[in-house]
Amino acid sequence: MGVSVPGEVTKEGQPAPPIRSFVDALRSALAPVTGALRPLEVDTRLLGMVAALAVIWIAFDIISGGTFLSARNLWNLSVQSASIGIMATGMVLIIVSRNIDLSVGSMLGFLGYSMAMLQAVWIPQSLGLGFEQPFTWIVTLLVGIVLGAAIGGLQGFIVAFGGVPSFIVTLGGLLIWRGLIFRYAQGQTIAPLDTTFQMLGGGTVGTRVGALGEWPSWALGAVICVAIVLLQVAARRRRRRYGFPVRPMWAEVLVGTVTCGVVLGTVWVANSYPLPPNVAEQVAAARGIPVPPGGIPTGVAFPVVIMLVVTLVVTFLATRRRFGRYVYAIGGNPDAAALAGINVRRTIMLTFALMGSLAAVSAAVQTARLDAAVTNLGVQNELDVISAAVIGGTSFAGGIGTVPGAILGAVVMQSLRSGMVLLLVDSPTQDIVVGIVLVAAVGLDTLFRRRVS
Amino acid sequence: MITPTETANAPVQRVPIVEMRNIQVAFGGVRAVAGVTIDLYPGEVVGVVGGNGAGKTTLMRTLSGARPPDSGQILVNGQPATIANPRDAKALGIETIYQTLALADNLDAPANVFLGRELTGGGSLNDAAMESATRKVIGRLNPNFKNFKSPVLRLSGGQRQAVAIARAIHFNARALIMDEPTAALGPAETAQVHALIRQLKSEGIGIFLVSHDIHDVFDLSERISVMYHGRLVGTVNKNDVTTDEVLGMIILGKPPTKLTSQELAGLHG
Repeated sequence: MGVSVPGEVTKEGQPAPPIRSFVDALRSALAPVTGALRPLEVDTRLLGMVAALAVIWIAFDIISGGTFLSARNLWNLSVQSASIGIMATGMVLIIVSRNIDLSVGSMLGFLGYSMAMLQAVWIPQSLGLGFEQPFTWIVTLLVGIVLGAAIGGLQGFIVAFGGVPSFIVTLGGLLIWRGLIFRYAQGQTIAPLDTTFQMLGGGTVGTRVGALGEWPSWALGAVICVAIVLLQVAARRRRRRYGFPVRPMWAEVLVGTVTCGVVLGTVWVANSYPLPPNVAEQVAAARGIPVPPGGIPTGVAFPVVIMLVVTLVVTFLATRRRFGRYVYAIGGNPDAAALAGINVRRTIMLTFALMGSLAAVSAAVQTARLDAAVTNLGVQNELDVISAAVIGGTSFAGGIGTVPGAILGAVVMQSLRSGMVLLLVDSPTQDIVVGIVLVAAVGLDTLFRRRVS
Repeated sequence: MITPTETANAPVQRVPIVEMRNIQVAFGGVRAVAGVTIDLYPGEVVGVVGGNGAGKTTLMRTLSGARPPDSGQILVNGQPATIANPRDAKALGIETIYQTLALADNLDAPANVFLGRELTGGGSLNDAAMESATRKVIGRLNPNFKNFKSPVLRLSGGQRQAVAIARAIHFNARALIMDEPTAALGPAETAQVHALIRQLKSEGIGIFLVSHDIHDVFDLSERISVMYHGRLVGTVNKNDVTTDEVLGMIILGKPPTKLTSQELAGLHG
């Protein structure tokens, strides 16, 4: 085609020259790296985030004198990231389709409170089925997820079919769901919860531990690694069958090895964190063995397992199903999506319903961890969830964002908070730092993107 | 469906692919389309022309399902049809290439071509099959097209146009609506689009060609329908009129028989 399109870079909003030259310098400095990475066909923005995370971790580790990168701290970090990470996966789809959900924290509180009532009052007392039934935890969780989908879906219905901006609808939701908790709870805390349900939070009750333990953790790691390799092989075969170029074998092997290495490394860290001595003694006594010299490995915590499952499911929905394709199409160009015959309203409503059910999963994790539902459960979680999605590369302009990116964003956020807690930084200062990082991350990303396109 | 006798017989007896009868569309109090009747036969290009705000695009949007008409009737292959949304139109074999191209800029070419009609297999999207089909159909339009993996945002104007056209012709369209298909293109690309229109015509596809460019329309169409302030001034055979007469219809809103030579001369004043 004969027409050359002049670079669109200069058309709108030139960044200030000093920043631009800085970004250009950075880009050209990184050029050999990005060039070398091209055959790998991996997302360079995701790699950038991993690099930023590595810098944060190493810096905190040095300042804290080696405490930050201890197995104990990393294990806790993984559990703390889980609840925000779970919701961030859904928030990606909401923001990608040019909407926002400010109500997730209040929904989480409302759903957590409802699930606590269900297992502590309604099932055992109102229905007279008694406490500690084997089915209590799963019934509670499923009812919570359905209720979450219903209230999220209701908000989505008003956004999609009522035409009320999502900012307003979910701002209303933020007030309403929180108000409902206070109205019904009258300031009361609902506790204790079902002991099996408590396992979802990653804590310990007697000899029961909310984590996979040593060998199941390795097994999980192995299954994930096998799945990664099989997916790579399948994708390669498919491209071959259609005669498309495939990436070089060395790149394929490198990507597979690094991903599996990260998975197995995570399992190794989780297994390097021993159970607390008193718990270990009880567990050992129950098994009739002495406590091994290195203690009993804790393994991957259940909240992290849940986050992994949620990440897989939502990633599949986002990238391999029509639903996800439509969410991205709507974010890229709502008019084009409608003209292509996509049911835009239904799709938008479904993203909010999904967000509601994910808030229920997070609510289960948080209440289980606390062994209680408190009235301020999930307060300000919406800010952390939105920040995680945005730090993870989700664009408010719509159409851009990835689920794994949001998980990384949640880990970055939680690393900052956890690191500062370790360094005894006070809470207001933490907020200031997180706020600056949020704006800086998005600002830098915008500059980079503008130079690229 | 076209039966063999129909294709073999004289054009008079053929059934139009599309007939739009007495179509009305109003936005608030403004009558954007006021009782327009227009038709399209297989293998024919009908130019739809008129000034800005004449109602060309609005009329075509009722046919593509983007905006159902307030009243009037649409017949497809002689059968009354209800076109309430774009999906209905596509199911009837009516495809549209919008002036804006209507592409999702963040998605790649295969995703755009198959948007709303994705190929699936084993419970998930079959991206490889969609890419393969897209390579074939775009290869036909533009052999130099290589960028099947980047978001269409990164493509040139001509390549984006190719994606929009590929989407319209891949699904065995019987009628095609092209809204200003060459407005954003350079001379070489315009020539390519013209060649494509002639090829599609020879395959028996009917095309409504909406355009500002009277020379394009004269080049490509058999018949020309002129709109003026929401109404149809008239439909004329290209061979029966001059460009000046059509220009007169567009600017003054009068059929050629009512145009005075003085008025025609004034067009060039």
